[in-house]
Amino acid sequence: MNVTALKTTPAQPAEPPVAKVLPLPAAALRSQWPGKVKDVLLTMVLPPVAVIVTLLALWQLALSGGGASLPSPLEIWQQSGDLILNPFYVTGSQDMGLGWRVLTSLERVGVGFGLAAVVGVLVGAVIGQSVWLMRGVDPLFQVLRTVPPLAWLPISLAAFMDSRPSAIFVIFITAIWPIIINTTAGVRAIPQDYRNVAAVLRLNQFEFFFKIMVPSAAPYIFSGLRIGVGLAWLAIVAAEMLTGGVGIGFFIWDSWNSSLLTDIFVALLYIGITGFVLDRLVAFIGRVVSRGTMT
Amino acid sequence: MSYLKIDRVVKSFPLAGGKEALVLNDIRLNIEMGEFVSIIGHSGCGKSTLLNLIGGLTQVTTGVIKLEGREVNAPGPDRAIVFQNHSLLPWLSVYDNVKMGVRKVFGGTKTRAERHDWIMANLDLVKMAHAADKKPGEISGGMKQRVGIARALAMEPKILLLDEPFGALDALTRAHLQEAVMDIHARLKNTMIMITHDVDEAVLLADRIVMMTNGPAATIGEVLSVPLDRPRHRIALASHPEYIRAREAVLRFLYERHRFVEAAE
Ligand SMILES: Nc1ncnc2c1ncn2[C@@H]1O[C@H](COP(=O)(O)OP(=O)(O)OP(=O)(O)O)[C@@H](O)[C@H]1O
Ligand SMILES: [Mg+2]
Repeated sequence: MNVTALKTTPAQPAEPPVAKVLPLPAAALRSQWPGKVKDVLLTMVLPPVAVIVTLLALWQLALSGGGASLPSPLEIWQQSGDLILNPFYVTGSQDMGLGWRVLTSLERVGVGFGLAAVVGVLVGAVIGQSVWLMRGVDPLFQVLRTVPPLAWLPISLAAFMDSRPSAIFVIFITAIWPIIINTTAGVRAIPQDYRNVAAVLRLNQFEFFFKIMVPSAAPYIFSGLRIGVGLAWLAIVAAEMLTGGVGIGFFIWDSWNSSLLTDIFVALLYIGITGFVLDRLVAFIGRVVSRGTMT
Repeated sequence: MSYLKIDRVVKSFPLAGGKEALVLNDIRLNIEMGEFVSIIGHSGCGKSTLLNLIGGLTQVTTGVIKLEGREVNAPGPDRAIVFQNHSLLPWLSVYDNVKMGVRKVFGGTKTRAERHDWIMANLDLVKMAHAADKKPGEISGGMKQRVGIARALAMEPKILLLDEPFGALDALTRAHLQEAVMDIHARLKNTMIMITHDVDEAVLLADRIVMMTNGPAATIGEVLSVPLDRPRHRIALASHPEYIRAREAVLRFLYERHRFVEAAE
């Protein structure tokens, strides 16, 4: 579709004048850049760095007396520093960098969360279409969503009899509730106008789902997915207590059993950062996808 | 046998507590093919309700609406609606908004290239072809209404239903769009029903003006023919005796005989 190539009739208004961007003299640019960088450093980087350094110092002071039951930051660095510096090494079936372990866990979470996303959006879409159904299931979902991942473990094991599907089920069932609940809310919030448009065009259920419902409810769906991905990642330790293997969750369980406390601290760092990145990633995708709906 | 026949239509909505709110009572109206009918009446009397009944978005309580002898009881692209507040889908471009209807109506009969030409032709008709790639959020209110009209026209409806399409626009933009609608009506000779609050708009555009009494239980109080030749020019009409007479008749109806009584809300 190339619009500019079409002949324009004389009746059409002329293109509005476009503001010209005047290039700044090179000198001005040069003097501006360090200022910008300095601004960013001062406002975005300095506060968190200062807080982290202070906390680490306090932690060090509090636990360096000797005889403390928890390791100090320096001890962690000395005993497990190589785990931080070398995320991707492999020297044996159980001896590998935490980066690999995080990736293995991410794959597992990806499957569980992916299923939860698909099923959650579909179920939410169906429930959202019926006020009666929504009133019926909402209390149930509100209760189920508070069940912690660990509590699903025995149920899941009993149902699947096998650790791998059980682990994925635990992630799935932990993540799905906010996705369903938010999708339902998003579907309820579709403006009557859009429903009227769909009615006039005689869109069928399938077309309505993809052309009206998903785009219109996208902001709701993505806030559900964002909560869901956070919960799915939270469930990884519980899930991998079952499966064993090379995941980061199992690594914590394993380190605890071998009394490698400092390793656990490093693993927590990896889990935290990964969770943060996942959250930002889903938020970013959500912003891109629902750009149109926001206006 | 008239083209669109509205026969003894009653519409009531169920209220909480098992009661019924009678909104429209005994509406009878026959509209001929190619006619331009304006519906005017005070706010809340049930104009949108009547238009939605014709559009099939809601169902009559009793009575019947027939288009070419066939009963209307569901929405469909043969009765396209231009909504009170444009109702463009904000995540689709102007082009894609129009395309959605075209795909649905002409998916089986026109090729992809023909559909593209048809979409652009309709955008051209409302002078919006230059903004085909813009999102609704990037164009003005008047432009959105134009696109809404193009989207409706592109479905090649038997009847075009316009629900107060220019209500939210400034006087100047409004005048431009009135010209556009007159122009389209002259070219396509399609049947149009347009709700309005504006007496001048009603007289300028319509072949007949349907005046509704105040609700609840609103009905058609009077139907006025506007025997003015087309094309009509607002400046020339301003001093035309027929125009002045029609305008006065509508004003009298609205402000003397059926004054808007502030409902106890
Ligand atoms: N779905 C509904 N349920 C109950 N009452 C309704 C419903 N839709 C409309 N009404 C009532 O019907 C009456 C007429 O409404 P309608 O929207 O048709 O008025 P209108 O003439 O289009 O007003 P306006 O000029 O302000 O757009 C109002 O009193 C409204 O409260
Ligand atoms: Mg209305």
